[in-house]
Amino acid sequence: MTDFLPRDTPVQLVDTTGAFSADPVYPTPAPDALVDGYRSLVIGRRVNDQCNALVRQGRLAVYPSSHGQEACQVAAVRVLDADDWLFPTYRDTVAVMLKGVAPAEATLMLKGDWHGGYDPHVHNVAPQATPLATQLLHAVGFAHAAVLKGESTVVLAMCGDGATSEGDFHEALNFAAVFHLPVVFFVQNNGFAISVPLSRQTAAESLAHKAIGYGMPGERVDGNDLAALLSVLGAAVDRARSGGGPTLVEAHTYRMQAHTNADDDTRYRDGSEVRAWADRDPLLRLRTHLRREGLLTEESEASFTEAADSIAATLRDALNTDAQLDPDDLFRFVYATRTPQLEEQSALLDGELRRTGQEAQA
Amino acid sequence: MTMIQDRPMAASANRETMTMATAVNRALGDAMADDDTVLVFGEDVGALGGVFRVTDGLTARFGERRCFDTPLAEAGIMGMAVGMAMNGMRPVVEMQFDAFAYPAFEQVVSHVAKMGNRTRGRVRMPIVIRIPYGGGIGGVEHHCDSSESYYVHTPGLLVVAPATPQDAYSLLRSAIRSPDPVVFLEPKKLYWAKGEVDTSLEVPIGAAHVIRAGTDATLIAYGTSVPIALAAADAAEEEGRSLQVVDLRSLTPYDDATVDAAVRSTGRAVVIAEAPGFASVSSEIAARVSERCFSWLEAPVRRVTGFDIPFAPPKLERYYLPDVDRVLDAVDTLNWDA
Ligand SMILES: Cc1ncc(C[n+]2csc(CCOP(=O)(O)OP(=O)(O)O)c2C)c(N)n1
Repeated sequence: MTDFLPRDTPVQLVDTTGAFSADPVYPTPAPDALVDGYRSLVIGRRVNDQCNALVRQGRLAVYPSSHGQEACQVAAVRVLDADDWLFPTYRDTVAVMLKGVAPAEATLMLKGDWHGGYDPHVHNVAPQATPLATQLLHAVGFAHAAVLKGESTVVLAMCGDGATSEGDFHEALNFAAVFHLPVVFFVQNNGFAISVPLSRQTAAESLAHKAIGYGMPGERVDGNDLAALLSVLGAAVDRARSGGGPTLVEAHTYRMQAHTNADDDTRYRDGSEVRAWADRDPLLRLRTHLRREGLLTEESEASFTEAADSIAATLRDALNTDAQLDPDDLFRFVYATRTPQLEEQSALLDGELRRTGQEAQA
Repeated sequence: MTMIQDRPMAASANRETMTMATAVNRALGDAMADDDTVLVFGEDVGALGGVFRVTDGLTARFGERRCFDTPLAEAGIMGMAVGMAMNGMRPVVEMQFDAFAYPAFEQVVSHVAKMGNRTRGRVRMPIVIRIPYGGGIGGVEHHCDSSESYYVHTPGLLVVAPATPQDAYSLLRSAIRSPDPVVFLEPKKLYWAKGEVDTSLEVPIGAAHVIRAGTDATLIAYGTSVPIALAAADAAEEEGRSLQVVDLRSLTPYDDATVDAAVRSTGRAVVIAEAPGFASVSSEIAARVSERCFSWLEAPVRRVTGFDIPFAPPKLERYYLPDVDRVLDAVDTLNWDA
């Protein structure tokens, strides 16, 4: 059982100065994996910046930013094969896009056009869950079905530190361990659940320690160190795929911005803490490392910026366009077959719109 | 239950204009000052003062012991409230949004609602469950539910839905004093609407009142639908129709006497609610009025409610929400040629 214990300190491969040190257990990611990963970090940061701007311009109803957590977003996706599934939260829009969902589809829910914008089966991404920790059980069920069907799918399920207090988190870990399922539980511990600090969520030494009670390994990793994340999460995915069962990985990171645009974080935290975390920025550190190793050229950096610019432009185009929405969609998907009552209600709305001359613009 | 009379208009030291959010905050503070067994807890209610700032300043004023953040777990919050109530406290818990109260549902239904009955009255549950509810705020999924029917359908719970700062203040004071558990539904879209509050005014739970006189038909509303009813009555007046408006304020207990008297005086009734209409609070009101006022009615009781669908996304919200036109359309069908 003792090998289920997480480290005393989070696994780290690249420190805040960009210096690398090999780990006795976890492998060192290949250089090109780090360079590709850095490209995704640049894109992820740009997506966050652009979405924040679009909220200010009134084009998005709300945006929970993952600024500062981009290394987690990138690693969660890069350790998965195309057939593997991601179960994200509302804060994981960057991960959703990196898994292949088009920017317009990934942000459609936040734009307010519909409750979700993408087909989960196209890129193997479950709908982003807002009710905390609920998606973890869905991930467990998905993995269980995959096992029953004889498929080798690995499921990576994300949640925040606050969500680990919900009953569903504990039930999900227990089910996954009892059924020995290929699930990686990935907690982004960003220090806060809206205003509530981690100390109010747990008295345990770390969130990763919770794994032991359920009979699975737990590990802690520096959540701003992409190299370490790729290595630790990669090992968990390998374990899951080879029949080793679930793992709980806790990434230590920080929510650099307010919970959402609607939040005022000056009410509950000190700006100096935020500034201190800026020195541990995941982009800065990996960039320093890669440049020092001669892995990052001016040209590649320019091309990464260009890729990020292009995604930002796509986002702006998508969100600055008002979609032609069909009000009858409200009735279209509630049941596979409309009930007679919904037929009636849809006709009522249609009649109202005809009378007022604003029938379905579609 | 009697009808609440119009309040005396004399200036009073206790009268002040404030938003509903401030009125709720004031009621919490006043109740905590009066009774030190009153505790406020939930998610983000401490340093932040709640995501709607309704608990602003309570921790600073009364200390961490009296107003505190819990770990993020609604079932935990509600279950802890049960134990605290068993041991002499009066917990006032906040569920951050309507749909985030669902993890607590088991504790609410199986224990908060049933403990008094189970123990033959030996253990009462003086718990208030505050829930910001309803739409009209452009909120995304899970932030706009009107969940009152689940609670009203649960025997053992009192359910209240104020529509004005005054009622929010006075009903919350009554709720905190109540020996029975109260689900206190706060219409989010009305949080920032201002009104005069007289902190000395008592409003008992279970008392509806007529808030607009009228002779041709009665609009029955509560919480989020009250401003719609009032606006519809204003619009109807321009068309020469006089609509009376009843604000239920309490859903359980339901004030049959006030509603019956109102409907009998006009002979026509429309129930307005934002929640899906099927098997809902509005269904119950329509059924009761039909049964009890049948001989007075000139037309079947009509309902104007939300559609029987999950709450609409922000951009389609306006098609979902009951509005003045939909209410007036329903009024038009009330058999006026009879
Ligand atoms: C069941 C439930 N309760 C409450 C909320 C409201 N809420 C949304 S995010 C949040 C904080 C979550 O914190 P954490 O899990 O640490 O994730 P983070 O937002 O920091 O990424 C809360 C309380 C919710 N979405 N679901």
